[in-house]
Amino acid sequence: MIPEIGHLALIIAFVFAMGLAVIPMWGAVRGNSAALNLAPTLAMGVLLFVGIAFAMLAVSFLKDDFSVAVVAANSNSLLPAIFKFSALWGNHEGSLLLWVLILSGWMAAVSWFSHGLPSVMVARVLSVMGMIAVGFLAFSLLTSNPFERLLPNIPLDGNDLNPLLQDPGLIIHPPLLYMGYVGLSVPFAFAIAALLGGRLDASWARWSRPWTNVAWGFLSLGIMLGSWWAYYELGWGGWWFWDPVENASFMPWLMGTALVHSLAVTEKRGVFRAWTVLLAIFAFSLSLLGTFLVRSGVLTSVHAFASDPERGLFILIFLALVIGGSLLLYALRAPTVASRINYTAVSRESLLMVNNLVFTVSTIIVLLGTLFPLVMDAFSLGKYSVGPPYFNAVFVPLMALVMPFMAVGPLSRWREDSAARWLHELLVPGAVVVVFALALPLLFGARFNVWIALAVLLSGWVAIGVLKDLWRRLGVGSGYGLRWQTLTPSFLGMATAHLGFASVVMGAVVVTQLNEERDLLMKVGDVEFLGGYRFELTALSRQAGPNYMADQAVFEITQGDKAIATLVPEKRRYFASGQMMTEAAIDGSVWRDLYIALGEPVEEGAWAVRLQFKPMVRWLWLGGALIGLGALLTVADRRYRRQSTSQSAAIAEATGLAG
Amino acid sequence: MKAHRRNRLGLILFISLGLSVTIGLTLYALSQNINMFFTPSQVAGGEVPKGQHFRIGGMVKDGSIAREDDSLSVNFVTTDFISEVPIHYVGILPDLFAEGEGIVAEGRLDEQGVLIATQVLAKHDENYMPPEVAAALEGNTPRSAAPYQP
Repeated sequence: MIPEIGHLALIIAFVFAMGLAVIPMWGAVRGNSAALNLAPTLAMGVLLFVGIAFAMLAVSFLKDDFSVAVVAANSNSLLPAIFKFSALWGNHEGSLLLWVLILSGWMAAVSWFSHGLPSVMVARVLSVMGMIAVGFLAFSLLTSNPFERLLPNIPLDGNDLNPLLQDPGLIIHPPLLYMGYVGLSVPFAFAIAALLGGRLDASWARWSRPWTNVAWGFLSLGIMLGSWWAYYELGWGGWWFWDPVENASFMPWLMGTALVHSLAVTEKRGVFRAWTVLLAIFAFSLSLLGTFLVRSGVLTSVHAFASDPERGLFILIFLALVIGGSLLLYALRAPTVASRINYTAVSRESLLMVNNLVFTVSTIIVLLGTLFPLVMDAFSLGKYSVGPPYFNAVFVPLMALVMPFMAVGPLSRWREDSAARWLHELLVPGAVVVVFALALPLLFGARFNVWIALAVLLSGWVAIGVLKDLWRRLGVGSGYGLRWQTLTPSFLGMATAHLGFASVVMGAVVVTQLNEERDLLMKVGDVEFLGGYRFELTALSRQAGPNYMADQAVFEITQGDKAIATLVPEKRRYFASGQMMTEAAIDGSVWRDLYIALGEPVEEGAWAVRLQFKPMVRWLWLGGALIGLGALLTVADRRYRRQSTSQSAAIAEATGLAG
Repeated sequence: MKAHRRNRLGLILFISLGLSVTIGLTLYALSQNINMFFTPSQVAGGEVPKGQHFRIGGMVKDGSIAREDDSLSVNFVTTDFISEVPIHYVGILPDLFAEGEGIVAEGRLDEQGVLIATQVLAKHDENYMPPEVAAALEGNTPRSAAPYQP
């Protein structure tokens, strides 16, 4: 019964979504306020019934109902309960349901927090999101029904969840990533609604901005967790592979980064309007493209669950409709909303434009490298793969290019500023950073490394820009006490995210430059030195886990006379699938990680072992977390709370930018 | 020219110059870093240009894995059931590497026609086959059943 209830709920949700896509939009065209005001109710209906469907599938997983095809294929009675639950989204059908659930969650949030907005705007936004929901619910119901039964031959037990996915990382990584991915549909819907209404002003940017920041923040956290998961779970100790599936989530992030900054200009100054709308359309289109790449089976990846061409075709058509439709609308409406340039070359607007250029170009570069093999294959021009060297060669210089501007941006003034003033503000801090960059690597390492010096220089420059801004805002030394009230959540969020970016750059460069890695054969009693640490293999044993058998190796790590850690890496064999899994053991700290992974037994009592010394690798994820949390923090800003219509209209009027 | 016109012209010049340089460098980087994919039959047929870095996909031949006892060197043979290519690799192999399983390897051919692999990739779970390998094996498999279950 339970799966049937779920299926029925999903169908009802589809009907509600159809209503949401059509009725309020019709109301907006005809000026029918009853139809307009139905939008929030319909959105809640979608959430309610998708929620029921999701709960029913969760119950099926937790109760080991192997008559349901996805449960039989992706769960097992021996699986711990928490993994039975997360197995729900460890497969194509279930993850799609999670996608729709999160989309309806965003719709409900928009209708909940938008009391101050004109009802016609809310109706249009929700209606656009309703159209997206129609697309994805149809996709789920027609090609990927999660409630399909295996009758009458019900399997006795399930196939098990892929061991790689039996990990706490999988419990939170996909939902966070989807929050970001799907969250980008909100600025998209706002952009489309604004184009439809022909009203594209500063107040529109103010409504759209907090949603964009939140979605982008979640996307940052999701990507960060994915990288962290790959690091400890795949057993290679790598943290970014330029894998097409990683790129699929990274492209919306890059575009989202441009959007977040461009929205700031549109909100504060009313310029970049058409461009901002275009970025919002592209950011969400790239989310959809990512979904297509991951779900259509064109890619070789751990995320490419067994899939069939029909699904790929469905998403491709949907993608074409969304991108084509919104660009057509843009072409028809954007000329009427274009703004005139009313700023000079030396101004905050120009600096933010540099950000936009760099991040847009970065997106195009990643897109090119990701799609190139697919396009060549589609036209039968040969099978290619594009490796990390390409991405590193092009992406790294671009990031280095944007960093000098990052420090100046927050200190600069809107509209018109002077280079002399920037020099005055940043000359002393800049000199300090240069000295630091030259001296610091010498203090720590024996050899001078030019890349690390550059990383310290650029990251330090970004950090000093943030600190200088903080200093100035607080009015240190002005004699009037510290002005704490100037530290708004907006500012703190920006500062946190920028410091996070500097931290990511430091971590990435240092671990790439100073990483030490050794693959070798070890027996009990063997000793190896790496990064100044002594690794001794002291014991080998065999242990049973809940649903696997593990070979364990015990390593004692010492530095001089000091005991540092005991690490126990494992090689697991899972019962249900017979699949082998490397469970790496890591001793982590702020300054370095020690990483041990078992390869395979080579001869009696000897194992292939990979030892790694990874300095400052944690700065990467720390930085990623700061970027995400910084973005989320900005929403606490008071100006987003007071969104009454009259006020935003007044602001728009005062700045001479009304529709 | 008015100030804002001059600004706009400067901006457009700056953007187009920057974009051309970026596109040029990008295409150069792309041309230096793409790996072509070959099947064992194509490699055996001499289709790989000399000295080129490339990828190969196929099955690990049954009984072909030979490890050296005192190091991490390993030799094995990859096959598409028509032709075979020997592969030499030093290092730790992925968890799902085994005889009779599909793999993708990347590297260069030496003088003897052995692929000196810099990387060996295996599929990520027991039901999955890399699309390249599936395509390389299409129609060649000696087994009556399909080579993999989607």
